[in-house]
Amino acid sequence: METTTLKNKEVLSTVLQEISGAEAVIKILLEEGVDTVFGYPGGAIMPVYDALYGYREQLKHVLTRHEQGATHAAQGYARVSGKVGVCFATSGPGATNLITGLADAMIDSTPLVCITGQVHSSLLGTDAFQETDVVGISMPVTKWNCQVTSAKDLEKVLAKAFYVARSGRPGPVLVDITKDAQFELFEYNYKSCTKVRSYIPKPRLDLSQLVFAADLINQAKKPLVLVGQGVLLAEAETELKIFLEKIGAPAAWTLLGLSALPSDHYLNVGMLGMHGNYAPNIKTNECDVLIAIGMRFDDRVTGDLKRYAKQAKVVHLEIDPAEINKNVYAHAPVLGDAKESLKALTELLVPNEHDTWLNSFRLLEEEEKKQVITPQLHPNEGELLMAEVVRRVSEATLHDAVLVTDVGQHQMVASRYFKFKNSKNSVTSGGLGTMGFALPAALGAKMAKPKQTVVAFIGDGGFQMTLQELGTIQQENLAVKIIILNNNYLGMVRQWQELFFERRYSETNISSPNFVALAGAYGIRGQRVNERVNLDEAITEMLEHDGAYLLEVMVKKEGNVFPMIETGSSVSEIRLS
Amino acid sequence: MQRFTISVFTEDFIGLLNRVSIVFTRRHLNIESITASESEVKGVHRYTIVLRTTEEQVQKVVKQLERLVDVLKAFYHANDDTIYQEIALYKLNTDAFSSGNAEMIVRQHHARILSVTKDYTVIEKTGHKEDTQALFTDLETIGVLEFARSGRVSITKPMKSLATYLNELEALN
Ligand SMILES: Cc1ncc(C[n+]2csc(CCOP(=O)(O)OP(=O)(O)O)c2C)c(N)n1
Ligand SMILES: [Mg+2]
Repeated sequence: METTTLKNKEVLSTVLQEISGAEAVIKILLEEGVDTVFGYPGGAIMPVYDALYGYREQLKHVLTRHEQGATHAAQGYARVSGKVGVCFATSGPGATNLITGLADAMIDSTPLVCITGQVHSSLLGTDAFQETDVVGISMPVTKWNCQVTSAKDLEKVLAKAFYVARSGRPGPVLVDITKDAQFELFEYNYKSCTKVRSYIPKPRLDLSQLVFAADLINQAKKPLVLVGQGVLLAEAETELKIFLEKIGAPAAWTLLGLSALPSDHYLNVGMLGMHGNYAPNIKTNECDVLIAIGMRFDDRVTGDLKRYAKQAKVVHLEIDPAEINKNVYAHAPVLGDAKESLKALTELLVPNEHDTWLNSFRLLEEEEKKQVITPQLHPNEGELLMAEVVRRVSEATLHDAVLVTDVGQHQMVASRYFKFKNSKNSVTSGGLGTMGFALPAALGAKMAKPKQTVVAFIGDGGFQMTLQELGTIQQENLAVKIIILNNNYLGMVRQWQELFFERRYSETNISSPNFVALAGAYGIRGQRVNERVNLDEAITEMLEHDGAYLLEVMVKKEGNVFPMIETGSSVSEIRLS
Repeated sequence: MQRFTISVFTEDFIGLLNRVSIVFTRRHLNIESITASESEVKGVHRYTIVLRTTEEQVQKVVKQLERLVDVLKAFYHANDDTIYQEIALYKLNTDAFSSGNAEMIVRQHHARILSVTKDYTVIEKTGHKEDTQALFTDLETIGVLEFARSGRVSITKPMKSLATYLNELEALN
C-alpha cells in the first residue's frame, strides 16, 4: 500500500517536474558554478548527501575530518580562486563546529556559503536531538543567514546567499535547512539573484570625491600607499600597479594585502604593522598624504591611533561605507570597488616621481637589513632560524608558490621573508588569527589550484589543532607541502612573556608527537631536519616528491620576531631588537 | 553623551531584530527603549531605538546598521529633530485612589482614566518620559500597583519621505 502511494507520488512528481529540496540544493550549487564542496555528513543533512550521491560526477565533495576544517578548506579554496567556498554540515555539533571558520571568514571578508541541516520544522524549539539555534549563534559571524523550512523557499534563499556572499565586500553566509524542507517535493525553476533591494554591494563612484582625492594626491610631496585585501578581492592588481607607477609612490601592504604587488616591484616597500618592515611603519608618521586602498586600519596595523599618521591627509578607497572614519578619519573618502576607484582616480592624476622620498625608505631598509634581515637570513652558525627556512623554500619554488600560513611567529616570519610574483598567492588568517587554519586552508587551496605548488608553514602548536586533516589530504591525495617550524613553544605567546611578563613562561611549553611518524601513519612522506647542512636537500626532496610531504624543521627555541611595535606604541616607535 | 533616536527601516524578516540588537551589544551600548512597528510603506518595518551615547558612536552605529543586508535605511536624530511620544499605564488600588487627592493629580497631569473596577483603576498618560515619570512620582504617594511605559515612537521633522529613500535605493542598485 505504502509503496504504491510512493510510486504514485513519484509518477506525479515526474509529470510536474518536481524534485526534492535536497536535490534542488545540489542543482543550485551547480548553477552557481560550484565544483567543490567541503563538508561532513550527519542525520539532519542526510537528504542532501543522498542527493549529492546522484551528482557525484559533477560535484566534488571533500570529506574533511572536522567541520572547522571544512570551513578553513573552503576559505583556502575561495581565497586563491576568487570563487565562493561551500560547506555542508549537519545540525547541532556539526553546525557549531563551523563557527570559528565563519568568524574567520567574516573578519577577513571571505565569501562562503555554509549549508547546515536542521531538525524537522515541527521540532524547532523543542530541544530535539541535535537541535541547536545555529541561525542565532552564527548571526554575529555571518554577513547574512537564514533558515528554510519549506523547499519552496530554497531557490530564493540560496540565490540570495550566493549573491550576498560574493558581492560587495564578500563574507560568509549560512543557510539552515530543516530536514522536512530537504525531503519536500516542489517544482524547480531556479533563477540566480542579481539584486536585493535593501543592499547596495558597490557604492557608485562619486566624481567629487575622486576629484578631491586626486587633488590631494597631485599635491603630495611624500605620498604613502597602503595596500589591503580589497585590491585582491576586486582583482585590481593591474590598476594598482598603473596607479602606483603613475605617481611613483611607495606602497606598503597589510598582512592580507600580501601578494597583490610583486615583492620585487620597485615601489614595494614592505609590510605594515606590528611585525612589519621598519621603513613603512616609520614613514607612516612622516608622509603627507596617506592613501589607503581596501584596508580597514586594523589595530595591528595602526598601533596607537592617537599617534597614527596625524600629520597626513588621509585618502581612503573603500567599498564598505562603515569602514570610513571607523578607526582613522578620512579627509578624502572614495567609496567604491577598488578596481573602479583606482581606474577612475588614476585618470585624474598627474604623472609624478618622488625619488628623494623613496630614497629615504632605502636608508631605513638598510638599517633593518643590517640589524634584522641579514642576521635572520644568513646566520651561518647556531640553531636554524625560521627566516632562512622560509627564504629557501621561497627560492626553491621560484617565488611562485601559494603560501599558506598558520598563526604565530612563523606566520609573521613567513609573511616577511616569502616572496611573491603573483597575486592571490598568500593565504592566512589575519583578523581572527585562528591557530589551526593553515592545514585545512592549504588543502582547500590545493583543490582550487591543483597544478600550483602549495606550501603551508605551520607552528608546532597550531599544527596540533587541526592535524586530523592529514586524513583528508591522504584520502584526496593532495600534494600539499607542509613545513612545521618547530620551536617547541607556543612561540608568539612565549615572545610576549619574555618581553612583557618577565619571562614567566606560563603554559607555553608544548610537547609534540613524532610529526614525521604521524604523517607516515597517514601514508604521507616526511622528514625532520635538525641541521642547517641538511636543509637544502630536504627542501628539494619535499618539492620533488610527487605527493604530500611533511617537513619538520627544528628551529631556535627562543627566537623572537623583530621589528616589533609594542601594543600601545606608535608605529614610529617600532623597535628593531 | 546625548540622547539619540535611531530609526531603522527593514524588511519584514524573522530574526532581524536580533541582528539589529547585535550592532548595539557589540559596542557595549545600552538601548533605553525599542519599539517595532510597520511603517507607512507596506512590508517595511521600522524600529525606533533610543539610547544615550556620543554623536561619533551613533554615526558609526548607523553605518553598521545600514550595512546589514536586510536593512533598507537607518537614521539618527537628536531630540530636537524629532516629534516623539511615549505612553504609560498606571494601576492603582481603587479604594486608595478614591480616598486620596487622586482627582487633583489626574487633572494636573492631564491624564486619562481608562478603566475602573471595584479592585483597581487604570490611568493612562502620554507624553515625554519626564512627564510620565512626574505622574508616577505623584501617584506613588497613593501607591502604584503596576506601572508600564512604552518605548518611544517618533516622527522626524525633515520632510523627505521613506518612499523617496526607497526610490533612491532602487536607483543605486
Ligand atoms: C585558536 C587559537 N588559540 C590561541 C591563540 C593564541 N596564540 C597566538 S600565537 C600562539 C602560539 C602559536 O604557537 P605555534 O603554533 O607553535 O607557532 P609559533 O608562534 O611558535 O611559530 C597562540 C597560542 C590563537 N591565535 N588561536
Ligand atoms: Mg611553536
